[in-house]
Amino acid sequence: MTLPTDKKKVSIVCFSGDFDKIVAAFTIATGAAATNREVTMFFTFWGLNALKKNKGRAATGNSIMAKAFNFLMGGLNNLPLSRLNFFGASPKLMTGMMKKHNVATLPELVEAAHALGIRIVACEMAMHILEVGKSDMIEEVQDVAGVATFLNESENAHIIFI
Amino acid sequence: MKHFLDITRETCPMTFVKVKLKLAQINKGEQLEVLLNEGEPLQNVPRSCEEQGFKVLSNEPTDEAGKHMLVIEK
Repeated sequence: MTLPTDKKKVSIVCFSGDFDKIVAAFTIATGAAATNREVTMFFTFWGLNALKKNKGRAATGNSIMAKAFNFLMGGLNNLPLSRLNFFGASPKLMTGMMKKHNVATLPELVEAAHALGIRIVACEMAMHILEVGKSDMIEEVQDVAGVATFLNESENAHIIFI
Repeated sequence: MKHFLDITRETCPMTFVKVKLKLAQINKGEQLEVLLNEGEPLQNVPRSCEEQGFKVLSNEPTDEAGKHMLVIEK
């Protein structure tokens, strides 16, 4: 008797909230899901910014510090380029260059990730620190979890840290 | 019923993504024609489809240089 082969698994830790690194994370994630891998993206620390419902700047949180941090970091539309950010101008220029060369833009990659059923998980600890609640995040966030859950779910998976 | 998808203007990873999403939409037994470029898409799209249990019925170069037409059955 042959046992059915398990689906290959890929887990991506999205720690960085840099535009280029989030593009890389979503590119690997969508490519993996499209080639029949089970994909989980675990967003923590700066990466959480990519999951905020409010894609611009908003003073999310209760304390003054959390509000200030969240406002300054912003959401998906404010992710800075890891180098040569030029006060936020570069991600917009980069998006223009991506479109010119028919490369999927970040919103298109995020949409594809949702359509492919990629599992989106938010880090509980980072949410506590930054006072970001589940209601502050996009509906596609399927779970709020800690490192133990992440490691359990990532057993036999390739883990990529970005 | 035959469906058609042109991924010649797409780049990685959207080449795979569009094929995967289109195959998810069509019914079992139906066919999907995919127009793709030589190189990375031609090397990997047919292989990835076969790995997922779809049948690649044909893979032929088209009259236009550098492009191939795949016929995949779900």
